[in-house]
Amino acid sequence: MTGTPSLSVRVAETEALTPTVRRIRLVSTSGAALPLFSGGSHVVVNLPTPRGVLRNPYSLTSCPTDGSGYEICVQRSITSRGGSLYVHEALNPGDTLDISYPVNLFPLDRRARKHLFVAGGIGITPFLAMMQQLAQEGGAFELHYAMRSPETGAARAAVEARYGTSRVRTYVSSHGTRISLPDLLEGQPLGTHLYVCGPSRLIDDVLLQAREAGWPDENVHSERFAAPPPGKPFVLELARSGRSIQVGSHQSVLEAIEAAGLDAPNLCRGGACGQCETGVVACDGALEHHDHFLTPDERAGGRKFMICISRIAGERLVLDL
Amino acid sequence: MLSPSIFSRPLYPGLRVDRFAKVNLILAEGEGAHAILDLAQSPEATPAFFARATLLFCANGASMGSAVADLDALAPGALWTLPTIDTTMFRLRGVLQTATMGTRIYAAGTEPFIGRVIAEAATFGVDPRSVITEHRGSLRRRVQCVHCKGMMEEVTHSPVTCAHCGLSLFVRDHYSRRLGAFQGVCIDAEAPGDIPAAEELYP
Repeated sequence: MTGTPSLSVRVAETEALTPTVRRIRLVSTSGAALPLFSGGSHVVVNLPTPRGVLRNPYSLTSCPTDGSGYEICVQRSITSRGGSLYVHEALNPGDTLDISYPVNLFPLDRRARKHLFVAGGIGITPFLAMMQQLAQEGGAFELHYAMRSPETGAARAAVEARYGTSRVRTYVSSHGTRISLPDLLEGQPLGTHLYVCGPSRLIDDVLLQAREAGWPDENVHSERFAAPPPGKPFVLELARSGRSIQVGSHQSVLEAIEAAGLDAPNLCRGGACGQCETGVVACDGALEHHDHFLTPDERAGGRKFMICISRIAGERLVLDL
Repeated sequence: MLSPSIFSRPLYPGLRVDRFAKVNLILAEGEGAHAILDLAQSPEATPAFFARATLLFCANGASMGSAVADLDALAPGALWTLPTIDTTMFRLRGVLQTATMGTRIYAAGTEPFIGRVIAEAATFGVDPRSVITEHRGSLRRRVQCVHCKGMMEEVTHSPVTCAHCGLSLFVRDHYSRRLGAFQGVCIDAEAPGDIPAAEELYP
């Protein structure tokens, strides 16, 4: 959102953690300290790609109580719309970027007596900050870190060195080691909170198995990395301002609105937080909901739409904007 | 029957079986025993459900007829009968200390009892929303005087005179989950002495 205060940062350091994951360290351009944050926070990074500005959310992976800089770890995505490719190929030390203030949609539950983290691949990122915070506070935690191959476990060496193998377990499916969720979920002390981040299939599996193991929903937390999926272009009409905007095939509705120089409320840009919920006035075609926020009833009602991630299969969408 | 008023006021939707729970920790006070006996009538409350259950029953001075024998007849994994809410909380703490995830807590009885169970469980990291509850028996309330912070048990009337500081308190629906108590607020702060007659609102 152009009207939202942002932070001006400079790339201080880049490092290839693996062939597909790059660590970026950002410091304030003014030299002042950056705001402290809480583990699980993300920032939205404005990436000036050749195809226009992309605003991608990335979890902060550095220590929440260290304002000297922010770190993010970005995986090169094969289905990338250009954001992660830009971070991997075009971003260099010295470059300046605008980022949002940190926002936390995946916080630690401070009532927990123990925190159990399940990470799949690049899903490790929010836990990197959470664990640094808990290590400072003396909080009890365990990390169970699953990866397809050793190369995709970008933070493996770092977390094993920091927390030891008693608190960190890794599972490499190319080596035939996998998490046994029923064993992991059984016998955990009362008051344990479970957090999962990674591919949708892993998250769905963990949520299902936690329920079957008798864990209350209140103790289970998840964060999905969702990018707006591509589709066919369509025409977006804004009922209140009377504007008509073309939404490209690799553009979200929100991005098309922003490219037209307009503002719309948004926060997570991944269909999770609900901030960008918008009323549907008319739709020639089918709404394709990709969010994790609306209830099945709300989806069926066809009156609400999350512009950061959902699109339509059809010609024309009219929104109450 | 309790009715919704303000967001802070807890509601107790009724006991139901969590069929995924590995251990069922069921607490009842007084009339709450009948909530368990009624639950036992539901098709999901199988013998296996009660075999995985620990029942903590507190008569709390009431004469309960055949309730204890009826609870025992459900063949729970364990049945403890305890004389007072305090002794029940002591036993609850003992159980929670070694409890594992997969334990589901159920509480039935008066509101002060349910509130104590929820507050005790919360100190073990259990979210109040994951305790399954049913209100039975008296509507009496636990009330904290917001002025002197003194706590009063078994409040049935409003306004009520604070047993600690003597102020006349209007009993609000504003509730503290941490304390398991409603707020009592001075009713005649603006017009001293103008105190309406006490009504039995929570018999």
